Amino acid sequence: MVPMPHYLILSALLFAIGAAGVILSRNLLIMFMSIEVMLNAANLAIITFSRFLNVMDGHVFVFLVMAIAAAEAAVGLAMIITIFRNRGTIDADKFNLMKW
Amino acid sequence: MTDQNWSILIPEIFLFIWALFIFGLDLGIKRKNPKILGYSAMAGLTITGILLAIFNGGILFKGMFQSDQLAIFFKVIFIGSAFMAVGSSFDIASEKIRHHRGEYYGLILFSTVGMMFLSSASELITLYIGMELTTIPLYVLAAFYKDDKLSVEAGLKYLIVGAFSSAILLYGLSLLYGLTGTTDIVTMKINLSLVFLSYGKIGPGLILAMIMVIAGIGFKLALVPFHMWAPDVYQGAPTPITAFLSVGSKAAGVVAFARIFVNGLIAFASDVMKPLDWGIIVAILAAAAMILGNITALRQRNIKRMLAYSSIAQIGYVMVGMVAASELGIASVGYYMFIYLFANMGAFTIATIFNDKTGSDGIISYSGLSKTSPIFAAYMSIFLLSLAGIPPLGGFAAKYLVFAAGIQAGYTWLVIVALLTSVVSLYYYANIIKTMYFSAEEPTIKIHPSFPANLVLLISVIGIILFGIFPGPILDWALESAKIFAF
Repeated sequence: MVPMPHYLILSALLFAIGAAGVILSRNLLIMFMSIEVMLNAANLAIITFSRFLNVMDGHVFVFLVMAIAAAEAAVGLAMIITIFRNRGTIDADKFNLMKW
Repeated sequence: MTDQNWSILIPEIFLFIWALFIFGLDLGIKRKNPKILGYSAMAGLTITGILLAIFNGGILFKGMFQSDQLAIFFKVIFIGSAFMAVGSSFDIASEKIRHHRGEYYGLILFSTVGMMFLSSASELITLYIGMELTTIPLYVLAAFYKDDKLSVEAGLKYLIVGAFSSAILLYGLSLLYGLTGTTDIVTMKINLSLVFLSYGKIGPGLILAMIMVIAGIGFKLALVPFHMWAPDVYQGAPTPITAFLSVGSKAAGVVAFARIFVNGLIAFASDVMKPLDWGIIVAILAAAAMILGNITALRQRNIKRMLAYSSIAQIGYVMVGMVAASELGIASVGYYMFIYLFANMGAFTIATIFNDKTGSDGIISYSGLSKTSPIFAAYMSIFLLSLAGIPPLGGFAAKYLVFAAGIQAGYTWLVIVALLTSVVSLYYYANIIKTMYFSAEEPTIKIHPSFPANLVLLISVIGIILFGIFPGPILDWALESAKIFAF
């Protein structure tokens, strides 16, 4: 069986990739995708712990997190469409109407 | 399974169904009687409050849902802030959100349900879901003026930052789960203490987990350095929603923080563990919040942005009570949030009415308000002075308690920072009062709030003065609610 650290390292890598995506990318869709990657990295960590510690709570947690991620994606895509209609762009750097 | 007392879920279930009912009502009544939606939302919240008084006290689903005193105390704050947010929305409801009133009120109620679940969560799964149920409706509400560029931008910024922070929080929670093998916060505390007693130290995993959870909840609280989104979102969102964000959503973050840290990780604030103390991290963040919030608020020209920075500073004061992590500390946090509810909701309600009348959020446009609308100028002065902490208003007693708890716990330097920065804060609060009362410009604007907004203002003023002079009942209740944590 693949030992636990392998899964955890993969999950940490996914999380880092996701976080880097949110911070570096200027495209709202990519940023949003990166957030989903981060959530799934956390999911992977939870399911790994759940499997190796033999406690079932984690399984339940992961399913509920998936449902939440779907709800967030629904709201997020709606919001991106709204702002595209409003401004004609989804470049995050263009949204700077409010400063200081 | 015989001890399952399902009745403690009744307030939440009722409010959820009522929110759906409002969605339906919106389809049914259309434009005939627009105010009925707002009134029914207020009625629903009132009934929820009554139900909460009847059905409480108990544990459901093996501690996943607890209706203890702390939960009830904060649920009252959530219901109160939702009530006031709905009440102050009547003025914008007639114009700006004409076609979507049902969704607007319904989403406020959904968010309130989320907060109520969150405050009852003594367990990571419920806590995370409660937090998401709180924020997802708020993303939509922040962007509710679909055609207003500022509002949509605010909603988008809130969404990206909120989702990002919830992913960080979730990763932190997953680490906590992995380290302790449980999602129940009390069991978590026991397991961590056992690990600590047998090995004599705590690994880097726990520190990472704590930092991630602090960051995740810090975003919701707009704690420095996780505050960058707050001024923009507060400025762009519809004003009643800003008020709801700044009180309800923050109180939700505060209660989540108390549950995880003060209840779950309290063992690590003790003397043995000083190097790994989460208290010191949070104390530094609180000091940064007070300094940065108050100093930046000085140069704001827009009242909503100013109140945003002021609320960043206020959460710093709350955190002083939180790091004290004592019975008095938690009680003072509860009392602070209670007074903050009245003061902040009141100030934002005035800003809503004013913006509705004049279309302006500039502080300068408040000049001469005392001549045209003396009552509202006086109300605004009371709210601002309470936020600044002037006796005999509620804000003074709240600050006093928080500082007392901080000194008792040995955070004297933090209390000194808090005292100095609250002197600074007096300047920008008093500046608005000066503009209202002593401006040379000719007053032109007279404001006429609708009945519900008037009611909200009256409740706020009475609350601030009454609980400022007689802090006893609320403080006793807050102390009672703090007893649920074993210190």
